[in-house]
Amino acid sequence: MRYLSTLQQAVLVTRREFLRTAGTAGAGLIVSVKLGGLAWAQRSGAASVIQSEDAQGTIDATGFVKVSPDNTVTVMVKHLEMGQGPYTGLTTLVAEELDAHWSQMRAQGAPANTELYKNLAFGIQGTGGSTAIANSYEQMRKAGATARAMLVAAAAEEWGVPAKEISVRKGVLRHSASGEQATFGQLAERAAKMAPPNDVQLKDPSRFTLIGSSVGKLDSPEKSTGQAIYTIDVQRPDVLTVLVAHPPRFGAKAIAVDDTQARAVRGVVDIKTIPQGVAVYAKGFWPASKARAALKITWDESGTEMRSTAQLLAQYRAHAEQPQVAASSRGNAQTAMEKAVRRYEAEYVFPYLAHAPMEPLDCAIELSDGACQAWFGSQLQTVDHMTIAKVMELPAEKVGIGTLLAGGSFGRRAQPAGDLAGEAAAALKALGRDASIKLVWTREDDIRGGRYRPFTLHRLRGGLDKSGNIVAWDQTIVSQSIIKGSPFEMMIKDGVDPTMVEGAADLPYAIANLRVSAHATEVGVPVLWWRSVGHTHTGYATETFLDELLVASGKDPVQGRLALLKSEPRHAGVLKAVANLARWKGAKVGDGRARGVAVHKSFDTYVAQIAEVSMGSNGLPKVEHVWCAIDCGVAVNPEVIKAQMEGGIGYGLGAVLFDEITLDQGRVVQANFNNYRMLRIDEMPKVDVVVIRSTEKPTGVGEPGVPPIGPAVANAWRALTGTSVRHLPFNRVSV
Amino acid sequence: MTSFFVNGQSVIVDVDPDTPLLWVLRDELKLTGTKFGCGIAQCGACTVHLDGMPRRSCVTPIASVAGGKVTTIEGISGKEADAVTRAWIALDVPQCGYCQSGQVMTAVALLAEIREPTDSDIDAAMAGNVCRCATYVRIRAAIHRAAATLGA
Repeated sequence: MRYLSTLQQAVLVTRREFLRTAGTAGAGLIVSVKLGGLAWAQRSGAASVIQSEDAQGTIDATGFVKVSPDNTVTVMVKHLEMGQGPYTGLTTLVAEELDAHWSQMRAQGAPANTELYKNLAFGIQGTGGSTAIANSYEQMRKAGATARAMLVAAAAEEWGVPAKEISVRKGVLRHSASGEQATFGQLAERAAKMAPPNDVQLKDPSRFTLIGSSVGKLDSPEKSTGQAIYTIDVQRPDVLTVLVAHPPRFGAKAIAVDDTQARAVRGVVDIKTIPQGVAVYAKGFWPASKARAALKITWDESGTEMRSTAQLLAQYRAHAEQPQVAASSRGNAQTAMEKAVRRYEAEYVFPYLAHAPMEPLDCAIELSDGACQAWFGSQLQTVDHMTIAKVMELPAEKVGIGTLLAGGSFGRRAQPAGDLAGEAAAALKALGRDASIKLVWTREDDIRGGRYRPFTLHRLRGGLDKSGNIVAWDQTIVSQSIIKGSPFEMMIKDGVDPTMVEGAADLPYAIANLRVSAHATEVGVPVLWWRSVGHTHTGYATETFLDELLVASGKDPVQGRLALLKSEPRHAGVLKAVANLARWKGAKVGDGRARGVAVHKSFDTYVAQIAEVSMGSNGLPKVEHVWCAIDCGVAVNPEVIKAQMEGGIGYGLGAVLFDEITLDQGRVVQANFNNYRMLRIDEMPKVDVVVIRSTEKPTGVGEPGVPPIGPAVANAWRALTGTSVRHLPFNRVSV
Repeated sequence: MTSFFVNGQSVIVDVDPDTPLLWVLRDELKLTGTKFGCGIAQCGACTVHLDGMPRRSCVTPIASVAGGKVTTIEGISGKEADAVTRAWIALDVPQCGYCQSGQVMTAVALLAEIREPTDSDIDAAMAGNVCRCATYVRIRAAIHRAAATLGA
């Protein structure tokens, strides 16, 4: 390969300049964190994100905050930044207690190190379940307060004044009586020698200046200028791009490979059969792609899933009629149903869904002198780390993971079996030598790669008394267990996978007789949590069925819900707030439009939404406007919360309108964005969000915006057209 | 051998003529701001400017670019680019950020053509750029904001 030298030099100079600058950030003047061999980019100006491709190194037990002589404060963020804002959120928590100036704050993704960086809600290092802020809220504030105390102690020693007379504001320490003042940077070296206090006092929330203030996101500049580094952008010397030919049916094994034509493609270096398929190693993506297409592979498909979607549905329907495992029960639903004056029944069907993050799965990994280092958007670092060590047959301490920005995930990168890391390691191991590879999935690999939101069927029955009150509720859920066989299997209680029934088993409405049951199916299609997990289907089924019962008894959808939520003030709070925001006066608004409402708690966050729809030119709902109210406790960054509601609404709406993964004799029918369709800008409604002011402990916002949008739209659509959509998506073509 | 211009620099690459421009930019020239999303011109993550017009680089064979002037996210400049980038940062448009290079490239081309786009102008111009995080509300607002600063 030859390029005209000027551009190549320009590129190389830029990279060298980056590394050179990165290496001059000052040595050893560290508060509460020790780093070995880790390059810290020296930055000036605005608050920002630090991107290091080389995240090797060790960090001590208090390793969250580093104050540098250049007056920057870098927070090691233990949660994967995949768009939900933890870099900014966790850095805000530190800066608040540190009394830093926001412009001096930096964030960097923490490497795999379970002891230091475990998610306090999981016990292992990982991101998900909308837990980033919730589990870090005290931990990060304490880290900031600890660093502050060490800086104050350093100033007291240097100035010879009592520590309690020193004030800190916006990154400057002052002693008013003596007139002394200093920046964090000026005190960094001395502060590093101070003993961290055993206990620190956290601020009273009334004194917060950054929490609640919507500071600008740290990663916006890099992400708006093409400078952000994702896994696919990692540059390593002599790296080989690896594409893997995956089997057409899940779990099939390659038993014979004719790679004659593939090896003839210019740029192809090697081809190996690995447990996941056939790996092509090439100098760049394009030769790997051409060679992969030229492979002739014979697959052993014995024991793989051969059913089609229609057959699955028939079997799910049969399962729904069989005795079930009770997930929750109160009163006597069966007796109450028999006594009910009016009875309603409905079946709901939810398709498999692919997450389809914009950056397809990828993993850079290399073996050098008996040590293995990976760089990627790892979402469960502990699992990925163990998986790589096992596949590479290396002790855990010889394996490192640098956590990079992820181009979306929505659950896809949180892999309980470490699939991606395992595939990358298998491809590296198969080479049998020191090498650097970058495994890249194409969009087809992604859409056809499994780990879907499970195909799910709900059967709902409801009974009304003669006054129209809901006296009985009986719900059966048939689905695959996500956590069975995973490290999270211990969450299964009395035979029920809680991720299958969450949002239904804890129905908030005051209905005296309720039964929710579950039936776990066995299907040879790998499944996974998909943004808001069980709530993706329970929220839809419960909020549309309840709406139908309320409307059937002549009740207003908002008032009818409120009457059943007298013991649930936070549900009622967001419902009232969204009704106010939208000036709700009922579902019928005239002018060819109608409205629907839904309220749903997920991950301890309460969200209510009202959707206004009209008839779209394609016969599908055109969602004109969505109003949203959210109660997530203390709002650390209201703008990030609003953005997550906007995004959750768009993500959920696209799925409800367009998306389904279907099977034809076990093979996935869809392949790319042409037939697995994403919501586009002309389909995005106007969105207004109100964030409830609260002093409750903060809860998550990444997922809870998703569940209410589907039922709100479906309820509006029923008000507009009289049609109940119970088999998703709206533009269903199959079954 | 194909010669063309990237961000004002003349380059010559020796790759198969069917190699998409995207992979020449990323793998040969190490310009990684332009992203791979689908490979079939359905998502717009790979959008660059070719002779001033937005182009999906993932389906553009390098042979067809010979002599052309390619601008990537790393090389955009001028008042539209400046206004768009500033608006994107001010409104914190990006979430995961992966599609945003393509969004910015399309938005810059839109503003170069239509100085004060309406919502429907924006929808028409930007509908080929998928954002899986659905940052569309802020993309729309940022384009209006950029247009307002250009008008001032």
